[in-house]
Amino acid sequence: MTVLPIRKSPDLIGVLDLQGGVHEHLEHLDRLEIPSRRVKDASDFTGLAGLILPGGESTCLARLITIFGLKDVILQHYRLGMKIWGTCAGAILLAEKVLGENSCLGLIDIEIERNGFGSQLDSFVAESMIPAVSGEILPLTFIRAPKILKTGKEVNVLLRIDDYIAAAENDGVLVTVFHPELTGSVAFHRYFSEKCGLTPQSEAAVISDWGMLSWMKHARIAS
Amino acid sequence: MDSKRYELNVQLAQMLKGGVIMDVTNVEQAKIAEDAGAVAVMALERVPADIRKQGGVARMSDPAMIAEIKKAVTIPVMAKARIGHFVEAQLLEALKIDYIDESEVLTPADEECHIDKTTFSIPFVCGARNLGEACRRIAEGAAMIRTKGEAGTGNVVEAVRHMRTMNREIRQLVQMPVEEVTGFSKANGIPYEIALKVKELGRLPVVNFAAGGLATPADAALMMQLGCDGVFVGSGIFKSADPAKRARAIVKATAYYNDPQKVLEASMGLGEAMPGLEIGQIPPEQILAGRGW
Repeated sequence: MTVLPIRKSPDLIGVLDLQGGVHEHLEHLDRLEIPSRRVKDASDFTGLAGLILPGGESTCLARLITIFGLKDVILQHYRLGMKIWGTCAGAILLAEKVLGENSCLGLIDIEIERNGFGSQLDSFVAESMIPAVSGEILPLTFIRAPKILKTGKEVNVLLRIDDYIAAAENDGVLVTVFHPELTGSVAFHRYFSEKCGLTPQSEAAVISDWGMLSWMKHARIAS
Repeated sequence: MDSKRYELNVQLAQMLKGGVIMDVTNVEQAKIAEDAGAVAVMALERVPADIRKQGGVARMSDPAMIAEIKKAVTIPVMAKARIGHFVEAQLLEALKIDYIDESEVLTPADEECHIDKTTFSIPFVCGARNLGEACRRIAEGAAMIRTKGEAGTGNVVEAVRHMRTMNREIRQLVQMPVEEVTGFSKANGIPYEIALKVKELGRLPVVNFAAGGLATPADAALMMQLGCDGVFVGSGIFKSADPAKRARAIVKATAYYNDPQKVLEASMGLGEAMPGLEIGQIPPEQILAGRGW
């Protein structure tokens, strides 16, 4: 009898694990029972339906993905259908234009300004209704956040606040300048999972027992 | 500081995880650090190795110099205030930098009290040698902790000692029955509620970076493997033969700390590291880690 290898369809969401808020995204994906993986090397991309580029410092992340050859790997998997979501610094990496700097991946036609609000003293929380993403008002956390200044024709604006755009998407890419992973809401993680063709197991929009320290179970010293 | 502001401050430190924070003394160095992939810079007039050599009273840096560095980079800017010098901290907050390091590298301004950090909106990072010291700083409002190590020596031994001490004490707390926590807290000067939190979390309730004496990519990877969330490199970069190259190498080694092949590649051909100091050769009154309590 010949055993034919079964080619599994991609069913994982990866979180780029070079620097920044990696554990926080893993925690949210866990809550939705979405299988996830930390992504550090080219071999980690196998089977990814989606990739999250976390918040962190975009200059550091851009440098690391370039020198370790991950830029080409990301672009190659994107062309094969892998969806990508960038939060904060991740959104900067995905933008076609970065004010005053070179772009990195250039996968969504937006113009973005790094650190658009000022210093840490200008970091803030807000809340907003984003009908495309959830029927509930969502908490938003902005930490030294960038501002999306312009979007191209192919880009769908999900949230506009005052003079800037805070969330947008095209077919393959989602960008948010705020951090859903730093709130108790899993609405954006659900939305991205569905964009990747995956089905989250949990129905909840908000994790009732979420706290700002919930991510730490992924980074314990002793257990 | 309200609890939401504190949460935002702790969360900024979370975004620095896996990164390298570099000491810089001018705009040119700040740009080298940013280009190399630093997640933040620490702006100061003299790196710890020079403070150690020149002696005298080390104070907060000239705000004009800090302001110039702030203008030159888009990554977060930190600066140091003396232990207990809450007015230096007020000035740094008015300058709107991103993080204050209440640091033993500067000469303490108060030998009894650290700054009451809860009265500020700006976040603070503080040094610690053990779990008690870390938890006391957190109780005072610190949003981030770092090991003290022994700054300006290029010798990682003290940072290792401090991290191992914290880890050992965390393991003890996690494993002990809850009725023993009171005595353990008393013996180690740990605020009781924070001890319970550490016991539940199996780690400090804020981000904990390594600092004090790191000089090579391997030093950074060592501290990461010991469980630090990221690293500070002070004199280690700009006191070395080729700062830009060493800065890039330490960034790589910190990101791939668990991959010896990548740390090896990062360690090749960096030129001379900063000159190192044997801790035993330093007169006891010049040990910086002994400052603060």
